[in-house]
Amino acid sequence: MPEGYTGEGFFTTKLSDVVGLARKNSLWPMPFATSCCGIEFMATMASHYDLARFGAERLGFSPRQCDLLMVMGTIAKKMGPVVKQVYLQMAEPRWVMAVGACASSGGIFDTYSVLQGIDQVVPVDVYVPGCPPRPEAILDGFMRIQDLVGQESVRRRNSDQYKGLLQSYGIQ
Amino acid sequence: MALTNETIKDRLITKFGEQLSHFEEPYGLLTFEAPKDLNLKVMQFLFDDEELRFQFLTDLTAVHYPDQRGRELAVVYHLHNLTDNIRLRFKVFTASERPDVFTATQLYSSANWMERETYDFFGINFVGHPNLKRILNVDEMEYFPLRKEFPLEDQTRIDKDDAMFGR
Amino acid sequence: MSTEQHIKLREGSIEKTTTTLNLGPTHPATHGVFQNILELDGERIVSAEQTVGYIHRAFEKLAERRPLYQITTLTDRLNYCSSPINNMGWHLTCEKLLGVKTPKRVDYLRVIIMELSRISDHLICNSVVGVDSGAFTGFLYVMQYRELIYEIYEEVCGSRLTTNMGRIGGFERNFTAAAWEKLERFMAEYPAVLKEFEHLFNRNRIFMERTIGAGPISAERALNYGFTGPNLRAAGVDYDVRVHTPYSSYEDFTFDIPVGSTGDCYDRFLVRNGEMWQSLRIIEQAYRKIQDMKGAEAEIYHADAPEYYLPSKSDVYTKMEALIWHFKIVMGETDIPPGEVYQAVEGGNGELGFYLISDGGRTPYRLHFRRPCFIYYQAYSELTKGAMLSDAIIVMSSLNLIAGEMDA
Repeated sequence: MPEGYTGEGFFTTKLSDVVGLARKNSLWPMPFATSCCGIEFMATMASHYDLARFGAERLGFSPRQCDLLMVMGTIAKKMGPVVKQVYLQMAEPRWVMAVGACASSGGIFDTYSVLQGIDQVVPVDVYVPGCPPRPEAILDGFMRIQDLVGQESVRRRNSDQYKGLLQSYGIQ
Repeated sequence: MALTNETIKDRLITKFGEQLSHFEEPYGLLTFEAPKDLNLKVMQFLFDDEELRFQFLTDLTAVHYPDQRGRELAVVYHLHNLTDNIRLRFKVFTASERPDVFTATQLYSSANWMERETYDFFGINFVGHPNLKRILNVDEMEYFPLRKEFPLEDQTRIDKDDAMFGR
Repeated sequence: MSTEQHIKLREGSIEKTTTTLNLGPTHPATHGVFQNILELDGERIVSAEQTVGYIHRAFEKLAERRPLYQITTLTDRLNYCSSPINNMGWHLTCEKLLGVKTPKRVDYLRVIIMELSRISDHLICNSVVGVDSGAFTGFLYVMQYRELIYEIYEEVCGSRLTTNMGRIGGFERNFTAAAWEKLERFMAEYPAVLKEFEHLFNRNRIFMERTIGAGPISAERALNYGFTGPNLRAAGVDYDVRVHTPYSSYEDFTFDIPVGSTGDCYDRFLVRNGEMWQSLRIIEQAYRKIQDMKGAEAEIYHADAPEYYLPSKSDVYTKMEALIWHFKIVMGETDIPPGEVYQAVEGGNGELGFYLISDGGRTPYRLHFRRPCFIYYQAYSELTKGAMLSDAIIVMSSLNLIAGEMDA
């Protein structure tokens, strides 16, 4: 529960806390699974390490309906524009989670054809290291995203700092 | 009588004579070299002959030997006779200035993408291929990455320090 | 219908055009990233053009930089649903080049692990065929048993998915008691689960109507396209590398090869189910053979090849010879004989081949992977010609296309 002032039949708190609470417990992730981390994600979604108990029951495959872009697996230079296009199709507020070493920094593939981390093309909120990360690690990353979502200020998306961040990626 | 490497070698020499060379058997697999203009004729002979019947193309790839002048690029074919269970390997060498080799797509449909991959990595021009474009790398790439003169890493990356990684 | 028309149409003004649909690299049905551009005439597919390479990681160039024992981590990431098979195939290639002979117990342990990973791979493929045709339940049931297989891998090598399992000459440690106990639990509980999975799908009217007749291929076309593995066996050809060129003592085991007839999606599904039953049979035989080994033989887990297999740490710290071998192996001063070798293993998707050319140096001169997925994906346009759009999705998932193996 967010902190606030309780009385007889009412509860006052900050708007951003309530909105954050509602958002973080009903995130709609979009799995962008490319390779081995995608299989660990399938294990996370299955009943043993259930992702649905965190509210992410509905996995969307259309970016226009999703809040969280989970990029799992190696992104090659051929795939970079596709990631950017999917990111652009998402509506604000949107968060990005880079799952695995390849999405965070290129991983073991320091080659001519692999993008050294998706933060070359899109701004990333949480990085989950591992090759592949255990399902518990993916869930931990998801919980960090939930912390970020819960504490986000309602003015953040219009602030100059955020706009500057998007400018640096060439996103208007 | 079971088909053996000796029989295959005899049949090939009877048909093609001195043009085939470098017969060896590394680890039990018959390997030989053919001139590049004869690659289709050799494969067709191995396919049609009732005794030899090499009707499965297992693999098609290339190797770059920058030190052999005039014979830098080798295209390697692995064939398999499924009924008698014998494999064979043959190579054709070509120079890197005009690496033209006849395509095997009329005979084996599986050669289509394998030749595109070989073109993508080494730049070998397969004459007669229906759709010879890059398959695994981005279309705009101008060089052939698996040749020995090109580096593995992307030289424009800024976040990895080569000195720390021992390169 | 009356011939009077209220709207006068000019001759040839309504043409039949086809729609272009991009089944793009990000799509729930494409497991992994590859793109299909389909030309549709209404709901029927006229032609399909495939684009691959969205996850090209340049394994073959990377392998020229790494010594032989470091390439195992690359082979993991080929068909990542069954990575131990890739690892074992690579170790067999190196052993062939180096002339290392593995003892029987090592072979039988390898067979157990390879068959477990084959079960794991076929489980993913079949349950995802179910998910693509709308049935999510099968997926959830079998993932529990994939978790048990992952736990067995963890006991053996420490990792779940990209296992880097084993060394040239054997395994890095003997199987622990916990690994055997988990394996026994698997052998006891899994047959009932597989039977339940089959009950859900095999005679299910909806599933049968979805998959029978979708994407058939004849045996001659399949052989010409270079198909191997369950896709070829579904078309009627019983080619299995484990039987044709046995490796790792597969000739000591009795098992059948399930074969289909039409090569359509239903046959591929049934062939994979049949192979899972045969894999269970092989695991039970291997388990009994290992339990029958007694005394010193039961402690062997690697070949006697000091030039290529790292000695144990207690020996390295106390004996001079072990220290020297350790130094030589890690610094790459052991002799790798020059030569070229081709070794094939039966992977989850078919004949996975390793063509290794060594020039005597520490790293390979050229390493090429013969990847079955890459080779049979070419046939996709022929398989879906004239099919409906929903069949295209089912054909794609029943072919078991793993993007990591396709692009390497």
